[in-house]
Amino acid sequence: MAPTDAGVLSLGDLAEGGRAYVRQVKGGQAYRGRMAALGFTIGAPLQLLQNTGGGPVIVLIRGMRVALGRGEALKVLIAPGDGGNDQPQR
Amino acid sequence: MTSPSGEAHTVTVALAGQPNVGKSTVFNLLTGLSQHVGNWPGKTIEQKVGIHHFRRNGDSCAMRIVDLPGAYSLTANSLEEQLARDFIIAERPDAVAVIADAASLERSLYLLAEFLFLPVPVVLGLNMTDVAEQHEIHISPRILEAALGVPVVPMSATKNQGVRELVEAVDRVIRGELPYAPNRPAIREDHRTVLQEIRALIAGRAPAPYPEEWVALKLLEGDGEVARMMEARMPGGWEAVQAILTQHEDAMLAVASGRYEWIGRIVRAAVTRPRTGQITLTDRLDRIATHPVWGILLLLGLLGAVFWLTYRVGAPLQELLDAHLVQAAAEWLRGALEGAPWWVTGLLADGIVTGGGMVVTFLPILLVFFGILGLLEDVGYMARAAFVMDRFMHLIGLHGKSFLPLFLGFGCNVPAVLGTRIIDAPRARLLTILLVPLVPCAARMAVVAVLAPIFLGPAAFWVSWVLVGLNLGVLALLGVGLQRLVLRGEALSFIMEIPLYHLPNLRTVGIAAWQRTLEFLKKAGGTILAVSVAVWALSALPGGEIETSYLASAGKLLAPLGAWMGLDWRMLVALLSSFAAKENTIATLAILYRAGEGGSLAGALAGSLTPVAALAFLAVQMLFIPCAATVAAIRQETRSWLWTAANVLLLAAISLGAGIAIFQGGIWLGLEGR
Repeated sequence: MAPTDAGVLSLGDLAEGGRAYVRQVKGGQAYRGRMAALGFTIGAPLQLLQNTGGGPVIVLIRGMRVALGRGEALKVLIAPGDGGNDQPQR
Repeated sequence: MTSPSGEAHTVTVALAGQPNVGKSTVFNLLTGLSQHVGNWPGKTIEQKVGIHHFRRNGDSCAMRIVDLPGAYSLTANSLEEQLARDFIIAERPDAVAVIADAASLERSLYLLAEFLFLPVPVVLGLNMTDVAEQHEIHISPRILEAALGVPVVPMSATKNQGVRELVEAVDRVIRGELPYAPNRPAIREDHRTVLQEIRALIAGRAPAPYPEEWVALKLLEGDGEVARMMEARMPGGWEAVQAILTQHEDAMLAVASGRYEWIGRIVRAAVTRPRTGQITLTDRLDRIATHPVWGILLLLGLLGAVFWLTYRVGAPLQELLDAHLVQAAAEWLRGALEGAPWWVTGLLADGIVTGGGMVVTFLPILLVFFGILGLLEDVGYMARAAFVMDRFMHLIGLHGKSFLPLFLGFGCNVPAVLGTRIIDAPRARLLTILLVPLVPCAARMAVVAVLAPIFLGPAAFWVSWVLVGLNLGVLALLGVGLQRLVLRGEALSFIMEIPLYHLPNLRTVGIAAWQRTLEFLKKAGGTILAVSVAVWALSALPGGEIETSYLASAGKLLAPLGAWMGLDWRMLVALLSSFAAKENTIATLAILYRAGEGGSLAGALAGSLTPVAALAFLAVQMLFIPCAATVAAIRQETRSWLWTAANVLLLAAISLGAGIAIFQGGIWLGLEGR
């Protein structure tokens, strides 16, 4: 389940407490649909609250805490940093 | 559902909301005891309907409340979401009350945004405002109302605040007294043209109750259900739509982003939050509760406390009820019926009172158990339990979500099997269902709690833990085995919301525990009573002597099997009778060993089995085939007699195998003189 293009980070690579924004959600239509409904849309800022390096992670996104299994976390590609901006017209 | 006379037209209101927003509490407050629990037509998902009575200017009025299944959105990502939206479109309720979580308003508004495209007026119930305030999130309902164009009612359902106001707002919207002019989110600019193209292509083709704009949006979102519906409606024209959709496979993200941009603007106007980076109470508690080591220890500690309380509080109450109510009633009956034919006294005192009494004495244990469970749920802890268990559940091919139904199984296997509905992947759900009967339910634990001290004296407490360990060990092995051999497939997705912690409302928890207990007793009570009477009849007929009864003949037939486990026919009969309800084991033993003459069960049973045979008996009892109610639930949820039968046979083989292994092992080790 390694990222296809080198250099692209997934949620699993982010350190505990790290901030990032969503670049892409990989996976099937149903999975991406569920993630989108939970707020995992492109550009959405998030903070990783827990990542023990194996096992599930906890993400803070749009004011909600979401637990993702390891496999799911690896499908969320991110760009680290505070620059998340899902409101381009702001 | 008929409306009470005098109320000309009962309006229907759908109650919608995402999971964990307190929707059930609102529904319970609105409908109280008028609830009718059934299934959605043709589906295994529970449908709750109730009537809410209220007064409008002194007149008594009623509204029919339909509790929609909890859903994060209205795209057909799950059965719940599909049912919720089909109900709105096909049944056209008079209004929808969307319950939102004020503490995480953004995702709640996502569901609301979807409802705004449907042709039914919406009222927003802004629930959990108390939790939001605890976390220093301040929301202005008036600004929210102005921005959404939808009536907003602040609520705190666990404190019974705002529910009356919600009903009033819904009533006024239905009567046209409150303006309803929703602002709808627009799709992101880069996809506006595509949406127009699709709309033009499907113009006039969408079936009657479906709004065209909504259909176009859902097609763009990749909703399989809507696509199938339109494909069937558009012979010849579908290919053009399909071509556009294939080209814009990412459109779902554009639609979702558009909604969240719209939500972002509204939230910025109406909500003030604490500065980011502030450490909340939830963060502090989760340092322990979700920690891979401390979290597990906390979970084990809590599980221990649950059982300790159940044993220390529930069991003595159960004994008190048994001694002072059930036995007293049976004695009184025997006295009052002196001179009546033997079978009348037997039927009433030994069959009906003993069986009915069993139902009553079961009450305290269930209440304590459901009470603690409800408390943990209400505080927000259960999601943490699933989280820390996720990596372990992966070992047996399941994920954290399967932990919750399995954990529920400690109370009763029936709700555990029903509870597997929270697992979205069918294969994981089936595997979890098949494993549930190996979780020792409260009834089985009660049997062990009663019998272990009689057979094994002071070692009983530790033996109980070993038996639970045996069950869970078998569960893990069976999970791995089924996973490797029968139910192979790829890993499952684990996506779960972790709610904020908040103070529990003891009244809500108490009412929920009471309702769950009553529901269980209602479902199981009749079976227990019927089996108690049947066992009495089988053990007394034809001649009134148990040694010559039908039951004795059946048990003696199986005696060779029992001999391998060191058990005589009465023990086998007790096991067989546990099929109807696990706690019948004790009732049957009571009848078989006492056979009508007073005296305590403990006195009659003590010394009837060697310690090794007693251990074998308790192990078989713990691993035995599930009770009739659980089998019915398994059949209902798997929709397959084959899986149900396979499950029962597998458990019969495992339990008898374990019993034989323990007894023969005891002989081999020289613990058992033969």
